[in-house]
Amino acid sequence: MTDTVEQVPVPLDVRSVGTRLARVDGPEKVTGRARYAVEHRDEEGLGDPLSLWLVQSTVAKGEVEAVDASAALAHDGVLRVLDHTSAPRLEDTEDGELAVLQDARVHFRGQIVAVVVAETSEAAREGAALVEVSYRAEPHAAAFTVEGATYRPDSVNPAFETDSDDGDVDAALAGSAVVVDASYGTPYEHNNPMEPHATIARWHEGDDDGVVLRLVDSTQGVHGVASTIAPMVGLGKDQVHVTAPYVGGGFGSKGLPHANVVVAALAARETSPRPVSLAVTRQQMFALTGYRTATVSRMRLGADRDGRLTAIEHRAYAQSAAVKEFAEQTAVGTRSLYAAANRRTSHRLAVLDVAVPSWMRAPGEMPGIFAHEVAMDELAVACGVDPVELRVRNIPERDPETGKPFSDHRLVECLREGAERFGWADRPAQAGATLDGEWRVGTGMAVSTYPGYRMPGNEARVTALDGGRFEVAIGCVDIGTGARTVLTQIAADALGVDPAAVVLRVADSSLPPASVAGGSSGTASWGSAVSAAAQAFLHEHGRTPDPGASLTASAADDPLNGDHVFHSHGAVFAEVRVHRRTGEIRVPRLFGMYSVGRVMNPTTARSQLVGGLVMGLSSALHEESVRDPRFGHVVTQDLATYHVASHADVLDVDADWLEGSDEEFTPMGARGIGEIGIVGTAAAVINAAYHATGVRVRDLPVTADRFLGEG
Amino acid sequence: MDVPITLTVDGVEHRLDVDTRTTVLDALRERLGVTTVKKGCDHGQCGSCTVLLDGRRHLTCLSLAVAQDGAEVVTASGLADGDVLHPVQQAFLDHDGYQCGYCTPGQVCSAVGMLDEAKRGHPSHVTADLGAEPDLDDDEIRERMSGNLCRCGAYPGILGAVRQAARS
Ligand code: FES
Ligand code: FES
Repeated sequence: MTDTVEQVPVPLDVRSVGTRLARVDGPEKVTGRARYAVEHRDEEGLGDPLSLWLVQSTVAKGEVEAVDASAALAHDGVLRVLDHTSAPRLEDTEDGELAVLQDARVHFRGQIVAVVVAETSEAAREGAALVEVSYRAEPHAAAFTVEGATYRPDSVNPAFETDSDDGDVDAALAGSAVVVDASYGTPYEHNNPMEPHATIARWHEGDDDGVVLRLVDSTQGVHGVASTIAPMVGLGKDQVHVTAPYVGGGFGSKGLPHANVVVAALAARETSPRPVSLAVTRQQMFALTGYRTATVSRMRLGADRDGRLTAIEHRAYAQSAAVKEFAEQTAVGTRSLYAAANRRTSHRLAVLDVAVPSWMRAPGEMPGIFAHEVAMDELAVACGVDPVELRVRNIPERDPETGKPFSDHRLVECLREGAERFGWADRPAQAGATLDGEWRVGTGMAVSTYPGYRMPGNEARVTALDGGRFEVAIGCVDIGTGARTVLTQIAADALGVDPAAVVLRVADSSLPPASVAGGSSGTASWGSAVSAAAQAFLHEHGRTPDPGASLTASAADDPLNGDHVFHSHGAVFAEVRVHRRTGEIRVPRLFGMYSVGRVMNPTTARSQLVGGLVMGLSSALHEESVRDPRFGHVVTQDLATYHVASHADVLDVDADWLEGSDEEFTPMGARGIGEIGIVGTAAAVINAAYHATGVRVRDLPVTADRFLGEG
Repeated sequence: MDVPITLTVDGVEHRLDVDTRTTVLDALRERLGVTTVKKGCDHGQCGSCTVLLDGRRHLTCLSLAVAQDGAEVVTASGLADGDVLHPVQQAFLDHDGYQCGYCTPGQVCSAVGMLDEAKRGHPSHVTADLGAEPDLDDDEIRERMSGNLCRCGAYPGILGAVRQAARS
């Protein structure tokens, strides 16, 4: 392998970028021929895998006393049952979520306590039902309350300060003409990508350098899986070879490997060289593959009579797990959104004996901006100021937290343009003013915001092929975002060739390192590396290189980047109809107007933004995981009881964006677009429901019962 | 207990022995290696596993293979003629009616089956006049496609695709 060059990429001369290049993997997807994780059985060595089935704890806390596998082993086709006494030892058990089958401790209900290995999935499943596990149960805590949320984490996800305090919030609130003081809640939510988490694992002798663990995994980051799993199983990172050619969504839940991947690796070691296949069931996902914690945000806003904010306080409460800490950064978005001289944020956690929460689309911003934007609607009502106008009045000149200038801050334009397109001006100021037959009709809006993240540690390799074509390789993953298509466009423009001349290779940990497909950072991070590599390649080898010429480069930080603060923004508008007798809620129109830097591909970008709006609508109206604190598990653990928006729930949903470019941020001028669509959307719906009915809902989801008896 | 059955999948006849517990979905995916049918929930709650079985849309996770001896199964792959896509598939591309693609083969099969149901005059929950020829307006399409969840939220694109296919 050649050395990696560091290159500060220069802005692209865009030609393919910004056009509607059709998704390069479209035909594979619409025919079903695209192969997802456990569907990869044609690769040599991966055919005929053994099936695994997980056995999960039925107590929330305690110890496994004994695992009786005799009945399971007597079942036809069952080969082995691994538990904490028989599974291979891990070399690194630092991560409590991942260190499964290593000791008798049970940290939450649903934890993996054994795994059945069988010839077929039917036998494995039946075997798992036949495994008898006895426990020494201990008292557990699984109810989240604000009073119980007293633990102050050292930092919040991923590495933000836990608290912030500027000026004198209490004095400012005491002197404010108008104060909004209320609590807002979001429920437990599960990511539920359509493809459940799944892995094929094979542990075998490699060609010349010893053991290789081969994984085909449904993940948002092949390099992250390799670097997490390798030290745990005592291998070097290069000995763990991970691919993820197609991934059926993730929404954060596949951002980090969960315990199922470790179990697959451990079982594969036992069955070596025969591979194993572990498909997590939809039900098991509710305990094992991450979720969004419930949150409570106590908001206190102080303002003058015109609605100019003097104080903003956001105290966030959430839940973490005893076995592994995760601190949702609920109040972090509040730090940069609006101007106010006095501002305070804090995060406190209740640490419970429950499954481990993790990333779910826009962690922090989704619940936090929901709270802030419903509170802003309340402030607008209290001041008698139009909600759009209220936002415009409070847009900061500079980032309130750091004092640095923003790059490409265009929230005012999003508000004005969005209001215009939605027809906001026609709305009556008064709530509950419009009745259309049996339906109360209202409109509402909210702001969305998401930081621009560009991750370190990305490299891309450019190799000249014959016929003027170039292979461009980077070990990132396309989880459905369109990354394959967009990186092809970026590579084409950076190399000055047609997209058809680019052979893009991704989704393989043997390719140059790439960061996770998360935090809306993919295009910015990978695209910068691809641009840097292409530009360095041209510099080194010219425009007509010899086939075989190759160069690997990473994008060095532009020294100017540090001078600015990067955020995308948007304004979301909703029309809501609430049936005056049944409380039924419909959302006939939802429109988001965004500023996200330059859009790489209008087709895939619209789908991403609309997809985010649909998930936001889903969180507004449907999504809620109900935990039974007596037992510690989620009882709504399937798609019949955990409702997500279906086709009939989604009416006129659309998104658009301001033309522009943020070349301070990336050579393509792009910021991210994966998360921002979900941010603020639920608040817009709730605010519209208030405008329709006069009933102020402060907790998600908003359901029909909230409006009953209002006639 | 294993039972011999015959399944015709995308025009190819297969004789296989299935465990009586095996669903059509697992028979396809795990026995025959037909992975153009996807598993999203295994409980009839998501629609990912939809195929056309004897010409009608069918959730393969909800039926046992042993009960479908002799059935004719068409998956999304079989709707295409090699690399030549079915008009419904082309419409999904034209409207970007997908992102990750995992629900997509089920959506495509469901759309093909649904268009045929409508053509044969089947009403839906939102059909006002049960006696009249169904008019596939947007509400009808949304209702009839609601058995297929898409977590990527591609519904507006799917609607556009099915609308295009219905009109052509
Ligand atoms: S897998 Fe059959 S309906 Fe979900
Ligand atoms: S395209 Fe991803 S679930 Fe529908």
